[in-house]
Amino acid sequence: MAASQQALAERKQDDRRRGWQIFAVWFVLVVITDYLVWFVWGPHMPPGTMTNTAAAQQFDFKVLTAMVVPVLFMVWIYGGYVLINFRAKPGDRGDGVVITGNRKVQGIWYVASTVMVLFLAWFGTFELISNNGIGTGGGPSPIWKPNVKSPLVIQVIAQQWRFTYRWPQFGGMETTSLDLPANTTVKFDVTSLDVIHDFWAYQLGVKADANPGVNNVAYTTTTSQLGRFTVRCDELCGIWHGAMYNYGHVVSRSAFYSWAHQMQVQNAGVTKLLPPFSLTYTPSYSGAGGGYYPSYDPNGSTQTY
Amino acid sequence: MAVEMTPASGVKSPSGSRADGLKYVKPWFTGNFFTALIGGGIGYAFGHWLGNAIASGYSVTVNSGYNDVAVYLSLLFGIVGWFAGLGALNYPIQKLLGLEPLDPPKSEKRTFWEHWTYSSDHKVVGVQYLFGMLLYFLVAGLLALGIRTELLSPTYHIWAPETYIEIVGEHGTMMMMMMTSVVMGPFGNFLIPLMIGSKKMAFPRLEAASFWFTVPSFLILLSALWQGGFQSGWTGYAPLSIQGGPGQSDYDVAFMLMAFSMILASINMTATIINYRAPGMRWSRMPILAWGLITTAFTMLLSVPVLVDGLYVMGLDRGVRTAMLYAGHGGSSFLWENLFWFFGHPEVYLLALPGFALTTELLPVFARKPIFAYKTSAAGMIGVATLSFFVWQHHLFMSGMNPDMRPLFMLTTELISIPTGFLYLVAMGTLWRGKIRLEVPMLFLLAVFWNFLWGGVTGVYNSDVPVDALVHGSFFVMAHFHFTIMGQLMFAVFAGVYYYVPLLFGVRMNDKLGKISFWIIFISFNSTFLPLFMIGLLGQPRRVFEYAVRLQHLNQWVTVSAYVLGFGILLYVINLVWSLAVTRTPSEQNPWESQGLEWQVGYPVPKDNFEKIPVVLRSPYYYGYENPGPIADLDPSAERVAVVSGGDE
Repeated sequence: MAASQQALAERKQDDRRRGWQIFAVWFVLVVITDYLVWFVWGPHMPPGTMTNTAAAQQFDFKVLTAMVVPVLFMVWIYGGYVLINFRAKPGDRGDGVVITGNRKVQGIWYVASTVMVLFLAWFGTFELISNNGIGTGGGPSPIWKPNVKSPLVIQVIAQQWRFTYRWPQFGGMETTSLDLPANTTVKFDVTSLDVIHDFWAYQLGVKADANPGVNNVAYTTTTSQLGRFTVRCDELCGIWHGAMYNYGHVVSRSAFYSWAHQMQVQNAGVTKLLPPFSLTYTPSYSGAGGGYYPSYDPNGSTQTY
Repeated sequence: MAVEMTPASGVKSPSGSRADGLKYVKPWFTGNFFTALIGGGIGYAFGHWLGNAIASGYSVTVNSGYNDVAVYLSLLFGIVGWFAGLGALNYPIQKLLGLEPLDPPKSEKRTFWEHWTYSSDHKVVGVQYLFGMLLYFLVAGLLALGIRTELLSPTYHIWAPETYIEIVGEHGTMMMMMMTSVVMGPFGNFLIPLMIGSKKMAFPRLEAASFWFTVPSFLILLSALWQGGFQSGWTGYAPLSIQGGPGQSDYDVAFMLMAFSMILASINMTATIINYRAPGMRWSRMPILAWGLITTAFTMLLSVPVLVDGLYVMGLDRGVRTAMLYAGHGGSSFLWENLFWFFGHPEVYLLALPGFALTTELLPVFARKPIFAYKTSAAGMIGVATLSFFVWQHHLFMSGMNPDMRPLFMLTTELISIPTGFLYLVAMGTLWRGKIRLEVPMLFLLAVFWNFLWGGVTGVYNSDVPVDALVHGSFFVMAHFHFTIMGQLMFAVFAGVYYYVPLLFGVRMNDKLGKISFWIIFISFNSTFLPLFMIGLLGQPRRVFEYAVRLQHLNQWVTVSAYVLGFGILLYVINLVWSLAVTRTPSEQNPWESQGLEWQVGYPVPKDNFEKIPVVLRSPYYYGYENPGPIADLDPSAERVAVVSGGDE
């Protein structure tokens, strides 16, 4: 068996040589690509940096992409190498080499993948609790929230198929458009009158489900970047789901206050007809809800406004 | 001996050993697809009459002019009529009457007609499943092209908004329901007994029922299209689903039937693999497809009943106004989200696992090497299946439900990458120093790894809460799961069908056409779904018919690619049908030089598969060994059976 022992040793050496070849190509490509991802593509990654939550999403996106690149290249380069080098020649009906496992390779794989995964989970958790995830729906009373005394509160009321915004700090008025002041922390109280919707303000980095009977809170802090942002419904809510969107603007503080006061005056007649401000509204009370549970609604009142 | 547990039992008809005092009878009649339709129609009409008799005076019915009780009862009685028409009730009713039913004799030669009947022959059921699943897949795929056509323009509409939502919901539901059985149905039923050396599946009547549940499920789901459809998509979120019309009840019942099908199939699969392995077929020698399917079957058994619960609750809410899912009345819309995703997340692994099992099963044949790290491969699948029960709330990161638990669900979701990675380790190790044969099935197998890689790495983005705030509910997620399910499962199925057609039908598909169709499918698949990641990141939500004008070019690119993809798949199907119906190029026995036990019996597979229960001597992956010896002794002597089955090595 000396010959096969020698063949085995030679194969081992050859394996190592091939392994280093693959590693070298991989390493160079990963360094170049990650550099491009971080410095060239990264600053342009969605959803931009209009608010602190959008910037946090962009940062996390960059980190994950930088970590994903090595994985992609590992499989691609290895696969390409194997297909070029170990492809059967035409007419060759022989078999490959018997290898049923390799303790070292398997061990490295298990440890490396575990380390990477645990890092990702730690990173995600760290980002979430360090307030980079506050743009997501955090339930009625989020435990991770910005340390701001009195944020601007906006209630987002979703219904089939539009968003309206209610402003408790401005006399409980309701508007159909959304203007935000720059450099301000905003608290969104998101709720729904009928089915599940989702309030997605793309450029703001805010996304929270609007559930009937539930208050779902999300925060963001605008920067000095002014401009328009899109609001879309992001949870299927019926046939006009695709048309349930509108736009908002981040404007300077003075412009915001003049807009808000103008709205308050303009809508005063409507505001006094609205039900009193509350964190959620029962559909039959507000008259929405599609009349599914109509007059015999045990919780509601038949009174409509 | 109290209980006969040997694999040979139950194969022979009991006529040889009839006990005295029992009255043996033949089935009253042999049903088929058409008598089932008639039976279903009668049941439907009766149920409808009954529902109207009961509930036409309800205030809800009077106010809305729409009687959900009648809809549900007509579908339920329709199903009873369907199975009565198939002849499925002969056996239990005869048993109830104290009679001893005789199984119909198995035919030696396959006939076309028997595939339309309620057959309990596992090979017939396998072929039924194969063509059923292909049909369901093509119909649902056609609906996808309908979606893409609408998205050609952000403003000009091909479909009315309600039609668009109907098509989206139908496509999603049909694919997610039906494709759970695309591997377990055809490949599981046909191949598992051959692979583990059994003459039959454990429960042939359950097996027949599991297939015949899928047909009415498909028909009912499709019928929703001309009843106004359902606007809730495949996820059926309440209270939107409570608002819907009769189409939503169709969704409810169709999904329920498919759930029954899955439960029956998985009971059968589990029992077969545990109890019907031939002597010598140890767990450590079992084909990896059998590992994958038993893992899938366990996952189904534990997760699908939760779906049944949820659908039942939805049915009660819709039919008799129980308000369990309705926020204003003490119920909660969160309840459905929890029930649905507690099933729904394991479900996506029910789709992925069999695909991986099939891929790993075929890879050694074309790499000409044993599976690398066999046990790791099985462990990977079991790991994925186990973790799948602990991640469901990552679908609800934005919902505001249980927000403090998000770090935990982030962790469990990330952990899934570890066992999934095992499957890559196994594949990469298997290819190393192989003699890779790039035949058509192998091309599809390699594409599985290319595609799933995209699906896998983008899953990491979905699991990270801050990034998920960007991608949740967008086209990014949609592209992600199309890469993991279509790019992985369906490519594995394309490989599997191409690979097993010689064993199932004795013919070869056309290699040239196969290669052309592969390249068209592969390139256009990637060209369809890679841009969808960008579209999602740029802010397009799922299931919308209007989108930002700046995304029009990307969307048009995707739509054209999708048409090409549809053409490629059509080419593949034409190749299959043409080879079976027209050219019928005979295949040599075992054209891929596989060592699997399923290839040892040859085409046509004998009616009882094996003359005697074989004695399995080694693993089916001894490629590259100098003298591997036969995989099994197909004609074992009695002593040998005793030694192997009793011995402990």
